[in-house]
Formats: sequence, structure tokens, C-alpha cells
Amino acid sequence: MAGQAVLSVLREDGVVQGQEPEIAPDTLLHAYRTMVLTRHLDERAMRLQRAGRIGFTVPNKGVEAVQIGSAAALRASDWIFPSYRDFGMALYHGVPVEQMLHGMFCNGLDNSRGRQMPVHYSFADPIRFVSISSPIGTHIPQAVGAARAAQQRGEDTAFLTSFGDGGTSSLGFHSGLVFAGVWKSPVIFLCQNNGWAISCPADKQTGSDGFAVKGEGYGVPGVQVDGNDFLAMYSAVRTAVARARSGGGPTLIEAITMRMGGHSSSDDPTKYVPAAMLESWAKKDPIVRFEKYLRRRGLLDDAQAQAALSAAEAQVAAAVEAAEKAPLPATETIFSDVYAEVPPSLRKQGRDYFDLMSRHGEAAAGDGAFPL
Amino acid sequence: MPTLTLIQAVNDALKTVMRQDQRVVVFGEDVGLKGGVFLATEGLTKEFGEQRCFDTPLSEDGIIGAAIGMALNGLLPVAEIQFQDFIFPAFDQIVSEAAKFRYRSGGMYTVPMVIRTPYGGGIKGGLYHSQSGEAYFCHTPGIKVVVPSTPYDAKGLLIAAIQDPDPVLFLEPKRIYRSVKGEVPEGHYTVPLGTTRTVREGNDAVVFAYGAMVSVATIAAEKVAAEQGKQVRVVDLRTLSPLDEDSVLEHAKQTGRVVVLHEAPRFCGYGGEISALIAEHAIEYMEAPIVRVTGFDTPFPNTLEHHYLPDERRVCDALEKVLTF
Repeated sequence: MAGQAVLSVLREDGVVQGQEPEIAPDTLLHAYRTMVLTRHLDERAMRLQRAGRIGFTVPNKGVEAVQIGSAAALRASDWIFPSYRDFGMALYHGVPVEQMLHGMFCNGLDNSRGRQMPVHYSFADPIRFVSISSPIGTHIPQAVGAARAAQQRGEDTAFLTSFGDGGTSSLGFHSGLVFAGVWKSPVIFLCQNNGWAISCPADKQTGSDGFAVKGEGYGVPGVQVDGNDFLAMYSAVRTAVARARSGGGPTLIEAITMRMGGHSSSDDPTKYVPAAMLESWAKKDPIVRFEKYLRRRGLLDDAQAQAALSAAEAQVAAAVEAAEKAPLPATETIFSDVYAEVPPSLRKQGRDYFDLMSRHGEAAAGDGAFPL
Repeated sequence: MPTLTLIQAVNDALKTVMRQDQRVVVFGEDVGLKGGVFLATEGLTKEFGEQRCFDTPLSEDGIIGAAIGMALNGLLPVAEIQFQDFIFPAFDQIVSEAAKFRYRSGGMYTVPMVIRTPYGGGIKGGLYHSQSGEAYFCHTPGIKVVVPSTPYDAKGLLIAAIQDPDPVLFLEPKRIYRSVKGEVPEGHYTVPLGTTRTVREGNDAVVFAYGAMVSVATIAAEKVAAEQGKQVRVVDLRTLSPLDEDSVLEHAKQTGRVVVLHEAPRFCGYGGEISALIAEHAIEYMEAPIVRVTGFDTPFPNTLEHHYLPDERRVCDALEKVLTF
């Protein structure tokens, strides 16, 4: 918000400079381990993609504090309407790594039956991490609708919806904020301003001074937060969640951060991201900063840090092995889940296709690669 | 004559018209410095400056709405929608606005503009980077729908589309962006909108196809020729709306056996229109029922896309049906 300072708690050296939120040490350590796991999974996914073992991924490095800090302020009974870069939120709440790897390999054990591209997850347990689509901003008003259902039943559930700086230009962002402002929805609109919408810098998405200020016109208070500061993210989302639960209505949080990789495995950010910008943001690494804080408080030592990484590596390695071994989705899954019941006409299409395969053989394996 | 890929031919068409006509502007998401996610607009900002090739905010509705305004006021906008799957926020602007300006103003206001967008499957793009939405737009009078299948046609049709007085949706089959190569003349030429192209001669049957399915049809036709000695004609429709109906009927009458091929789902798909046209006007020439080979009536899958996309097996099976009826 113009004139309002960016909320920050931790300096880059891990020293507390702002209002330190109360968080149990176990929670802090769980958050740390999840950040380490999130980064390792992200790096491993990119290596798998480069080796041709999975088709696609979206780099996540640099935004771990936004995701884990936000997730830590939610209960498992709250809902997340995520964008495609938010898997750290699901990991924090205990979605198994293996389930994500099934999604990355698009195999038969994937929740979407291999129908979606990698990273477009759908999880319902242990937290509602609502099915992700590729179009931008479409999920934002959906979060408001889900919140309305909770409001009508008198529940105190909070709904967090996450999107990028580019997402604020979408129709969904504007309709979502209009409705939430009018309905006083228990929604946290989390704008992850990571600097880039694919190749377009954030200043090509708005003429305003940042994105938090956009809430004002809709009657939704906005706040800017240092997105590389776990404690600041946790504080901001916790405050917004408390507001939501108590009937105070929605909040727009702009997390200021930096996407340290490409938009996706198909993107070459060296074409448009200035090297100096990456260098300056590298000094603000959210995991390094959080780790310094934990060490200062005596909550983490070398052995524990190493153990967190080793545990992440072991978990991901086991999940990769399981996912790669899993069978492909059965051909029948093309025709299921279109409707609750397969309509007779579609059932016939399926039968005809299986009949054709019995006469002409299987389809040749596709040579598709994303993108060409 | 240079040999280009389909995507290079698109790029060449844009450069050719931008050099000739200052009114042509190109914009969309990531089309500037990055040159588009498929590099269709590579080098345009460098050659023509940011006034003529530029990035927009991430809003398809905004892109098309703004294109309409530019067209109303003397520019010739060529807007890119990054993937056809992302066009739907702009559906209102296309269907209610661009397609109806001329009609509702009695020709006082017109919107000569082109919407370029990659479409179709086969790149492991799952539900949202694979769709073929041509039928939604062909159902809308007032907007033309064009689909090239060769580099030569891509350039000639795109230049014709940009010069056309009406809005044109230009669907680019991204699966063959780089796999299809062909000779493309340098400089300006056009391929007239509203015309078909005979890809392969033959009088025993005809396959109507467009986009990436044209080569699938041709492969199947070659196979049938080799195995059965039957000669199957392949016709690339290349302008889906307005359709060259006379040409379609002529091919249907001359062969008497018709297969219609597309990637999009079958129900209310474009193939139904071709079938109905022939049934209404040439049923007496038909020696066999008209057979459609299409995607299934399901969303587009990812891992199993090779089953979803019509291939030579499915076209050969359909040809067998019409040839042996």
C-alpha cells in the first residue's frame, strides 16, 4: 500500500528486526524441513525433465518462504486454491512426495490418471489443494465461492488462493476481488509477485505502485510482505486468516519475491532476466535466511541441517523410483470421469476404439514433447 | 527459394507485411523480447521497435478488446493468444464484438484484425495446451477461421488474413510447427481465403482434413494405395469458415466415398458440418455412409494423447469402411 512499509521480520543475516511471531519450535523446524524438501524436489524435477524422464516442470527456487510461510498459517481444514508453482504448500501439510512424483510422471497412480501435464496437481487429503488448471486466474473467484459455502454453514474455514503478478491482469482476479469485497469473504488473496510473468517484468502488468494497492478499490485491505522472509509471510497470512475466521473479510497479500529459475522447463530466462537482478536476489535466499535465524535461536545445527537434506533426498529418490515403475494409465481412463456416469454414446465410442485396436493394433507411442 | 518450417513461415509473413505496411502491429503475451513461446515473433521487436511488436499484460480479454479498438481506429492488429486453450477469457470480445461490429453498425465500423494462436495436440500438453476449439468459432458468423498445414500456405494465408477486411482467427497447428518444412517464396504473396487445396489425387474416396491431420490423412492414403491399390484423394480445407462449399461438394461427388478427419471431439464438431453439407446436397452421389474420424468426446488427455489423436490406423479403418461398403 502506498506509504505503508513492506512487512519484514528477518534481516538477510537472519537477525530479527521486526515483530517476531510466536511459533512453536517444532513448527519452525517442520517448516524448515519442508522448505529444504521443496527445493530438493524442484531441483530433482528439473534434472528429470532434462534427462527426458518427465515431460515438464515449473521451477520453484526462491519462492519457498512464500509457500511454506503461508501454508504454516493455515489449518488442515482450510482450503488452498493454488497456482501451478505452489506444491510446497501441499508438502507442508503432508501430501506425500510419492503422490507428486506420480503426477510428474503422469502415470496410472497419479490422481488425475495422467490426464494433466506434470505439476497440475489435485489433492484433497490431508488438506484441500484444489485441482490446478493452466489458464490464469480462473481459480480466484472459485475460492470466493467455496468461502461463501463455508460462510453459509457458519464455519470458520479460511480459503487461500494464490496467483502471480501476471495473474492480477486476469479477469478472474478482478471478479474474485469484486465478489469478496461485497461478500466479506474469508479469503486470503496471495499475490506472489515473483518479478516475472514468463518473460514480462512485473511493471508491464500494472501502472500502480505494486499490487497490494489494488485491493483498495475493491474494499479489500492490501499488504506488501517480504516474500523471502518466512516469519514475515507467516505473520501476514496468520493475521489475514484471523481476520477471515472472525468475519472481518478478505485480505490481499502481495509477497515480493523473485523466481530464480525459468517460468517452466521450456523457458530460457537468460534471454530476459538481467544477471545482476539474479545476483542481488540470490543474496536474499529464503532458505539461507531462515536457516540463519534457526541457528541463532539454537534450533538448528549442522547435523540437523544435513539430516533435513538427507531425508529430503531419500524421500524424493524413493518416490522417483516408485513413480517411474508405476504403470501407465489404462486406456479406459480416456473415457471415465468426463461425467459421473459414462453416457451411452461415449461408451460406444470407447467400445468402437477397443474394437479398432483389436483389428489395427495399439496406437504408436506418441513422440510429443512440450513444447516442440 | 528458401526452405522454411511452418513457424518460420509465420515469422516471415509477419516480417513481410510489417515491412510493407506501417499499420500492422503485433502484440500479445511474451511476443516482444522473448519472441513468443514458440518464437513466431522472434526478431520483430528488434526490427520494428516496441511500438509495433510489444508485450501486453496477461489478459486475453484485454488483448482482443484492445485489438478491436486498434482495428476500429486504423491499425491492422495481429494479436497472439499464447495457446488456443487460453482464448476463452476473450470469447466475449471475439464472439459478441469482433464478429458483430460490421453487422451491427451497417458496415460503419469494421474490425480488420487477425488473432493468431497455436492449437491442437501431440505435444504432451494435456488438457490445456492441446485443444482444437475451431468449432466454437466456426459457429460464429462474422469471423473467418483459417488453418494452414504447410509453410507455403501458412505464409500466404496469414498475409491474406492480415489484408482481409474482416476479423480472422488464424489457428496454427503447433504439433507440426517445426516438423513440416517446405519451400516458401521470399517477399509478398497470398493464398486466397475460402479455397481448398488438393494434397493428393485419387478417385476412389476422399479425406477432408486440416491442420496437423492433413499429413495423417496422406500417410493413410499412401498405405491404402500400397496395400489395396485404391487411390484416395486428400483435400486440405485450410479455410474452415467461410468454407468453399462448392469445392467440398465437387470432391464428394467425384469420389462418392467420404471421410472427414479432425482432432477435435466429434459431437457438434466441424466434421458434422461437412457431413451434413454433403448429405443435403450430394447424397445421391454417395456410395457409402460418410464417416468421421475425430478425437473422442472427452477432454484432451496427456499420457494417452497418442490414443486420443486420430492416427493412420483410424483413418485406414474408416477408409476400409467407405471403400468396402
